[in-house]
Amino acid sequence: MAGLAATLGAGAMTNSISEIEGCPVIFVIGSNTTEAHPVISYSMKRAVKKGALLIVVDPRKIELTRWATRHFQHNVGSDIALLNAVMREIIKNGHHDTEFIENCTEGFEELKRTVEEYTPEKAAEICGLRPDEIRELALMLGTAEKAGLFYTLGITEHITGTDNVKTCANLQMLLGNVGVESAGVNPLRGQNNVQGACDMGVLPDVYTGYQKASDPAVRKKFEEAWGMEGLPDTDGTKIPAMFDGILNGDVKALYLIGENVVMSEPNQTHTIEALKELGFLIVQDIFMNETAEYADVVLPAACFAEKDGTFTNTERRVQRIRKAVEPPGEARDDWWIIKELSARMGRSMEYGSPVDIWDEIRGLTPSMKGITYERIKDDGLQWPCCGDEDPGTAYLYCGGKFPMGRAKFCPAQWKPPAEVPDDEYPFILTTGRRLWHYHTGTQTRRSAGFEEKFPEELIEINNEDADRLDINNGDYVMAVSRRGKVKVKVWVTDRVLPGVCFMSFHFHEACSNVLTNDVFDPVAGTAEYKACAIKIVKDGQEARGDGR
Amino acid sequence: MNKITLNIDGRELQAKSGQSLLSVARENGIYIPTLCYHPRTKKAGKCRICVVAVEGLPGLQVSCSLAAADGMIVHTYTKKIIETRKMIVELYLASGKHDCPTCEADGECELQDVAKVLGIEKSGFPMSDKGYVTDSSSPMIIRDMNKCIHCYRCIVGCNDLVVNEVIEMGYRGSRMTVVCDLDSPMGDSSCVICGECVQLCPTGALTEKKAAGKESNRDTVKVRTTCPYCGVGCQIFLHVRDNEILKVTGVEAAKPNYGSLCIKGRFGYDFVNSHDRLKSPLVRKDGKLVEVSWDEALDYTAKKLSQIKNDHGPDSIVGIGCARTTNEDNYLMMKLMRGVIGTNNVDHCART
Ligand code: SF4
Ligand code: SF4
Ligand code: SF4
Repeated sequence: MAGLAATLGAGAMTNSISEIEGCPVIFVIGSNTTEAHPVISYSMKRAVKKGALLIVVDPRKIELTRWATRHFQHNVGSDIALLNAVMREIIKNGHHDTEFIENCTEGFEELKRTVEEYTPEKAAEICGLRPDEIRELALMLGTAEKAGLFYTLGITEHITGTDNVKTCANLQMLLGNVGVESAGVNPLRGQNNVQGACDMGVLPDVYTGYQKASDPAVRKKFEEAWGMEGLPDTDGTKIPAMFDGILNGDVKALYLIGENVVMSEPNQTHTIEALKELGFLIVQDIFMNETAEYADVVLPAACFAEKDGTFTNTERRVQRIRKAVEPPGEARDDWWIIKELSARMGRSMEYGSPVDIWDEIRGLTPSMKGITYERIKDDGLQWPCCGDEDPGTAYLYCGGKFPMGRAKFCPAQWKPPAEVPDDEYPFILTTGRRLWHYHTGTQTRRSAGFEEKFPEELIEINNEDADRLDINNGDYVMAVSRRGKVKVKVWVTDRVLPGVCFMSFHFHEACSNVLTNDVFDPVAGTAEYKACAIKIVKDGQEARGDGR
Repeated sequence: MNKITLNIDGRELQAKSGQSLLSVARENGIYIPTLCYHPRTKKAGKCRICVVAVEGLPGLQVSCSLAAADGMIVHTYTKKIIETRKMIVELYLASGKHDCPTCEADGECELQDVAKVLGIEKSGFPMSDKGYVTDSSSPMIIRDMNKCIHCYRCIVGCNDLVVNEVIEMGYRGSRMTVVCDLDSPMGDSSCVICGECVQLCPTGALTEKKAAGKESNRDTVKVRTTCPYCGVGCQIFLHVRDNEILKVTGVEAAKPNYGSLCIKGRFGYDFVNSHDRLKSPLVRKDGKLVEVSWDEALDYTAKKLSQIKNDHGPDSIVGIGCARTTNEDNYLMMKLMRGVIGTNNVDHCART
């Protein structure tokens, strides 16, 4: 979320879910909302019923396009080119919010210079759209009273992920769509507590509430509160560097809580190599999974229904979870396990229950100071919530007030994905989620009824391509990238354009992350799950088609 | 909006003009039974069981549809009203296979509740069998249209609340029934199994397959918590008995989801009770992971980590936190890595 922090100040959804129904224009880019965030899609569809315009920009004809006023089916990874051209047109039409730009932002001239070279004609070529479509999109956005922009992994999971996010923010700032109700820049978080994990400082450079680890005053505050000295002052490494670190010998031990990295990280072969190489792997999870196979120690954890605590949802709302059943066997709360480990490493942590931990967190985190278990016993509260009387914040930057004083335009140049199709690997593979499953499948695949609806992974291939390769719906093919290959069943569909394929990562039998490219956004460290080059080899012709 | 004053059952009450009589009564704790009305699908004006008498107006009035007016004098409990309501409920009970003891909805059926309040043991009319075959083609939902009372709640829910636009009222007259798409079995239809219709249905016409036979409305405790799947953070109730989750429902009238859920949140709960949950700490010995006690696992882990820290420095240890577990767990993980081990090498899966 570095892109939002750089432009607006906070790495979070600016507005709230309940404001969606009030948006006159809803602009969804790189978010398969009906499948990944179904309940948010209900609000969007209700807004459409009430007369809102729904604009979808996505390389696939996703379900949401059924309700869309317009769908712009652009090329995978062409977002910056498209949005820069749209901004150029908005400025040319005089539809930008000059008052907001003058009073609340900086860097407009630089933005103007950057987008100037993105003519609709030039962008159209990159995006696979027509120039008039780009003009139309600019007009729709420019003439709207206000618009809410929503994005997910289609924006972030690129090597240009941070720049993609900045570009979305630039657009909304240009239109004055920040700091007002039913508008804003809204990343929809994929997992239930991504927002919370970030807020809690499970990041190499910040403590809770994004307080910088490099700031001596911050470290001093935590040293005093924790009764510990010499907290580390150099930023740590991000996940991709951790795996590289294992392979080059810098990293000797990995403590992994609840992440099935074999399935979820790109380039599975590389991940597995690293785990085999690693000296000491601790896996703490609720199931034995593909990653735990490589562990030296496996610690059984309680799941959400077996413990108390809080999750923070995508709109910054801190909400309670409650213990409803006993954990199985010897499984324990994660916090208990960490506390015990700490004690055995010579540091006792004194907590009787999660509320004690929460009270310590809010004491150290000004933006959450006002959030207590008592106050959120029914409905949650949205940070910033700084005191006992503070009702929390439905939308950020009200009245154009930004944490850095002014919001900052951060113009970016378009770059193609790291791997683009060529003669040998002619298809671009993009990946994502499906409604019927979740993440690496450890939960949904153990719930009765789910596999009935979607029993195995399918690779989506366009009708034209299927015809040309003489592949039928339901055939098995080999999908091959430079990093690996998987056997997978074909779904011939016009959901994807010619030259594009789609897969999810829910099934270990055919996991897209065998194929995906382990290249990363240099700032956020997010991998380019959304674009890699593959070829499709018909089953039985493997040896010939593989070419290696 | 203008404030008005009216009289219900002898009480002087304040209301907003335009507000329905039903909602004024409910706000003031006056019981008027309803079947088709639901706070989220609003008035349907179908069941007519919410009738009241208004002085100066002829006959009985449907309170969900009549706007409160200044100076109105309303009676909600007269002999005629009770008789009318009894008649309606008895006709409903006779209109289909409302054989309560064998019904999945037993204990949580609004028709059954109203019948009880009105003191109806058994309908005076013979129970009719509409002859519909139970549709259990959906992996999660059972439809028994013999128990449908045509309240339209499911239809409003599917079309206007979750906007999945799957179900409609099909056919006419005595054959009128709820259909999926162009009358396909639910399992073959475009239904995305969000379960909105099940949550809204006042009777046993729509029930949950996985809860079937478990008497999920008897002696269960409802625990309010947050959905463990995506970042929307829907508010849910876990319906629990004897350490088992029997079903999940959305919390009505609460942000952010107001009762609606998706397939994962509503039906994806049985992983909790899965037989292959990890139940014991494991430590690798001679190449194999073997079960050990917590003491052994923790001592061993702490010793190894301390030794690696000593030999190779704190930065040789890295921690990956979890975007699925709680804030409290994540905070403690961060504290362990920074404070105890002494490294900023802490991150979580960046798939945001
Ligand atoms: S489960 Fe959801 S989508 Fe399916 S019919 Fe019911 S309300 Fe509609
Ligand atoms: S199925 Fe249930 S909710 Fe739908 S009309 Fe019939 S009784 Fe009402
Ligand atoms: S019910 Fe569905 S939309 Fe709501 S939090 Fe759970 S997974 Fe997300």
